[in-house]
Amino acid sequence: MAQIFHPSTNTISRVTIFGGLLLLLAVVAGLTTINESPYITEVGVARSQPVPFSHKHHVGDDGIDCRYCHTSVEDSSFAGIPPTKTCMNCHTQIWPDSPMLEPVRESFRTGKSIQWTRVHNLPGFVYFNHSIHVHKGIGCVTCHGRVDKMPLMWRENTLYMDWCLECHRAPERFVRPREYVFSMEYQAPEDQLALGQKLVKEYRIQKLTSCSTCHR
Amino acid sequence: MSNGMDPAGLLGVGQQSRGGREYWRSLEELAETEAFKDLMDNHLPRHAAAFTSAIDRREFLKLMGASLALAGISGCVSPAPAPPDEKIVPYVNQPEALVPGKPLYFATAIPTEGYGRGVLVESHMGRPTKVEGNPQHPASLGATDAITQASVLGLYDPDRSRVISNAGRVATWDAFFSALNAELESQRVTQGAGLRILTETVTSPTLAAQLEQILRLFPKAKWHQFDGGGGDYAHEGARMAFGQPLETLYRLEDADVIVSFDADFLLRGPASLRYAREFINRRRIPGASNEPNRLYMIESTFSLTGSNADHRLAISPSAIPQLARMLAARVSAQISREQPAISPAQEKWLGALLKDLEAHRGRSAIMPGEYQPPVVHALAHAMNDALGNTGKTVFYTDPVAVNPTNHAESLRDLVQDLEDNAAQVLIMLGGNPAYTAPAELDFAGHLVTSNFNVHLSPYEDETSAVCHWHIPQAHYLESWSDVRAYDGTVTIMQPLIAPLYGGRTAHEILAAVGGQAERSSYEIVRDYWRGQTKTKDFDAAWRIALHDGFIAGSAFSPRNVKPKPAASFETSEPERATTGAAAKTQNSPSLEVIYRPDPSIIDGRFANNGWLQELPKPLTKLTWDNAVLMSSATAGKLGLSYKVGSTGGEHGTIYADVVELEYEGRRTRGAAWIVPGHADDCVTIHLGYGRRRAGRIGTNLGFNANALRTTDTLWHGAAMGIRKTGAQYALACTQFHHLMEGRDLVRSGTIEQYRKNPKFLVERESEKEAAHTLYPGYKYDGYAWGMSIDVNACIGCNACVAACHAENNGPVVGKQEVLRGREMHWIRIDRYHRGEPTNPETYFQPVPCMQCENAPCELVCPVGATTHSQDGLNDMVYNRCVGTRYCSNNCPYKVRRFNFFLYSDFKTESLKPLRNPDVTVRSRGVMEKCTYCVQRINQVKIAAEKEDRTVRDGEIETACQQACPTQAIIFGDINDPQSRVSQLKAQPLSYGLLTELNTRPRTTYQAKLRNPNPEIENG
Repeated sequence: MAQIFHPSTNTISRVTIFGGLLLLLAVVAGLTTINESPYITEVGVARSQPVPFSHKHHVGDDGIDCRYCHTSVEDSSFAGIPPTKTCMNCHTQIWPDSPMLEPVRESFRTGKSIQWTRVHNLPGFVYFNHSIHVHKGIGCVTCHGRVDKMPLMWRENTLYMDWCLECHRAPERFVRPREYVFSMEYQAPEDQLALGQKLVKEYRIQKLTSCSTCHR
Repeated sequence: MSNGMDPAGLLGVGQQSRGGREYWRSLEELAETEAFKDLMDNHLPRHAAAFTSAIDRREFLKLMGASLALAGISGCVSPAPAPPDEKIVPYVNQPEALVPGKPLYFATAIPTEGYGRGVLVESHMGRPTKVEGNPQHPASLGATDAITQASVLGLYDPDRSRVISNAGRVATWDAFFSALNAELESQRVTQGAGLRILTETVTSPTLAAQLEQILRLFPKAKWHQFDGGGGDYAHEGARMAFGQPLETLYRLEDADVIVSFDADFLLRGPASLRYAREFINRRRIPGASNEPNRLYMIESTFSLTGSNADHRLAISPSAIPQLARMLAARVSAQISREQPAISPAQEKWLGALLKDLEAHRGRSAIMPGEYQPPVVHALAHAMNDALGNTGKTVFYTDPVAVNPTNHAESLRDLVQDLEDNAAQVLIMLGGNPAYTAPAELDFAGHLVTSNFNVHLSPYEDETSAVCHWHIPQAHYLESWSDVRAYDGTVTIMQPLIAPLYGGRTAHEILAAVGGQAERSSYEIVRDYWRGQTKTKDFDAAWRIALHDGFIAGSAFSPRNVKPKPAASFETSEPERATTGAAAKTQNSPSLEVIYRPDPSIIDGRFANNGWLQELPKPLTKLTWDNAVLMSSATAGKLGLSYKVGSTGGEHGTIYADVVELEYEGRRTRGAAWIVPGHADDCVTIHLGYGRRRAGRIGTNLGFNANALRTTDTLWHGAAMGIRKTGAQYALACTQFHHLMEGRDLVRSGTIEQYRKNPKFLVERESEKEAAHTLYPGYKYDGYAWGMSIDVNACIGCNACVAACHAENNGPVVGKQEVLRGREMHWIRIDRYHRGEPTNPETYFQPVPCMQCENAPCELVCPVGATTHSQDGLNDMVYNRCVGTRYCSNNCPYKVRRFNFFLYSDFKTESLKPLRNPDVTVRSRGVMEKCTYCVQRINQVKIAAEKEDRTVRDGEIETACQQACPTQAIIFGDINDPQSRVSQLKAQPLSYGLLTELNTRPRTTYQAKLRNPNPEIENG
């Protein structure tokens, strides 16, 4: 009986099988790339705001401490967005007539809040607490990046769970002395691991990886 | 598949099979009928009917294919392209003391049926979300009841009335004020002869002062009172005994023997939380020397207090006054003129009780029930006096209610005035008399004769519908007011939020009547107290009172009074009415009837509260309905039965026979329900159902008992005609749910047995098995959370269930879903009976998640959505759950709840602020369960870590623990041998559920110890 398939079909089948696998890999790789691209993660994407507030100017040039505005960062889960009153503490004196600040003055006049666009937005099923991270020696910069170099705010990190777990699994890699938590310029020393291990012990830092640490 | 059963026959079967199985939960189980076994064996595939859509197989596969493909794509790019920008809206001027992300607590009081209970309300950024007890308030002691827990849902209820209306049209406050003024002008001429004010029970000093002022302004005006069911027998009784209305207070901590004549003091009344604590404090398991108290209950219906009694006598309501008279005569060593017909067994029972009382003179308490006729109250006062209890366990103070009145008579007078056209202007402050008033008065029908009537109420209810004016009433969390607790302690109520719908308080309406429509309740209350405060610095005193939640030293001091002797109380009119009428017979069989407020929704005022409607009633475990409750012998006589329905995997539907009730020519229909331990030849009907205008939740549930009531038979009536109709009605009952198949779940014994051998309840064969497991054990370096629940202290009041629901954003599923057995309570209270079905012992067992060490649920989850935490919790990760329900199938305790449909309301705007922001609102297709309130654990842990210390024992309280009136639930770290929970677990009465399965539950129980009178028990 004659062969039904010509030997060339072997090639076709090989190409199909391996090609298919390759295609699948390519699709997975493509989707992963998209998933990790700024299109999805918003990392590095500056967000427009009703008032073009510049952290670069206020933190970098003026040297205002984070806690002047984000007052509850050491107390509460939420770091706090300053009320209009906080802006006006200075801006009744400095740039009182700047057209850029009109929305702030309007808010103060009318009593209507300024609506800021949220940059760091966690999913609803994640319960994050600023105060404990700050207390345990995690610097603002560790998660938020060098805000003193951001004219408009952007997201420095993906806020994905694997990013959280990098630190939750090995806090010694990221922890810094408490006195430098709010510092912008702090540089991790060469022997970060040694320092980190010392601080982990000193600050009683636990490696919390239970689901209920963040999800409930 | 369903099978009718004959309850009369059941009784016989039950008695035979008692030896084999001690505890039982339903009559069917006790009877072990074939039908019941069959039902237990094939209880799964019954939900086909739930899927009614007509999609055929082909179409289904097509849809599935498409959605799978879509799911594949969207699954890969998880947090889909940037969702619409979320806004952050900061304050313009941030209030002092407010830290975003941290709740604040404010002290106020919840007025339940007029009396206050101190509460602390949790507020997130100005939104009240949870109500807790105020530990310093005498009526709360830190605990709450289910109604208090659910009150916050009442605040956000989307069905609340939102506008002032005049004859059904939207109107304004100014229009109301000018209309009122025009009417009052003409009333001024006659000194207010046509002005009538109708209130509920008033304990508010400010409101009392306002009423007084108005009655001065209009000397001929009248103030009427009608609260809920009506009647004010306690004060009437005191009038009989002392010649003046007095409040009776008990100190149950000092009472060794308590005799309750139908007093449901553990659940009902303004001091119930305190009494429950005091009562249970005397029964906590022994430091050996501790002498537990003993409770005797004499009642007709089965009440929560009755179910906690050591001895219970179930007799018909008409016999209770007779029995009280007899006992009073014997206590004061006189010869009774009346000898009630009681059986030799009852005679013996009373004899033993009398001996016990004699042996504990000055250390006993006789408590008359609030629904018993005045003479029972008077007799109880006389007995307490004769036993030397007055001043030791029983105290009298001035009445807390302002101007105590017989409410039924007060309303009858008002209706008479309406009939005579004497009442032209009627102002109704709260209440819903068109629904709650006894039928014979036809209150709604008489309203038309008045020229002007206004109704202040939170809902546009039955009364609002027939009134000229309706004004939305502010919720207590929106109001400035004041209220007195059971002992007279004043709380200044402060609002947590501005009125959501422009509601008004009674103070503002009365101010308007006094001509000052612009005064706010804040000014009214503050000015009143400014006048009352003698200290110079009023502002400081005011702030302290608001901060503490009560005015220190405002409780009334006990009065030194002596009641008349028992022999002086002649048989009263109501008593004669109920006893005498029993002789009347009609064509249909006739029974005595008992009316009681519903345990969850009282007189219907909470009918639109879904949390309360879905709360299984403590004893019947019915939800969403009332029923005609009766003993199985009575049901047998009437030929009534019920069938277990086919829907509900774990038996949710019960088809009960519908009966027609007839009283004085008025008829209504309701489903019959058999309650073990109910007195024979009488039926109990709970009020509050059959509402016609309650809102979307509460309208048209159950049947209206008020349609039968008369002012003479407010709580007890005779000669109720009853007839089987042949129709059936589906009741949603959780009684059969989660049946634990005759295992050793509740353990109980007597104090005597315990004293002989403290470990007598835990030495079981099954527990001696070695705890083998293939999996490596967990190590806990830090905390290991555990819980101990004292079955001995649990009174079954449901506070924990409601608290859990409020804390954890529990959804309401509705009657249809409860019929299928899908209620979503994370903690349930299992109720077991033991002994004769005619008068069984009752046991309550709260069952939350056991947080097993070897958790069967964790092993079967294919996606790792339920895992073991570092502290030993069985975490449930909603965002990972795909809804296989394997975990639930593998859970031997059946404590996991599956969200079958989108049970949580994500749409209604007004419900959004209600939610606890620290807990996920679960969506469809997700398994949920008790987490030991992990959000609270985390908060306290973070707070402790910030202070560089470990969590202190008792610092974390779970929601159920915090609400519990008797502190039956203790939570803590079992790694710390000094913690309370560790010590409780080390006690000889501690045992775990189903430990033979080697699940090693973290939640364990303390066995129940009863304290029966050996004379009765052995006789």
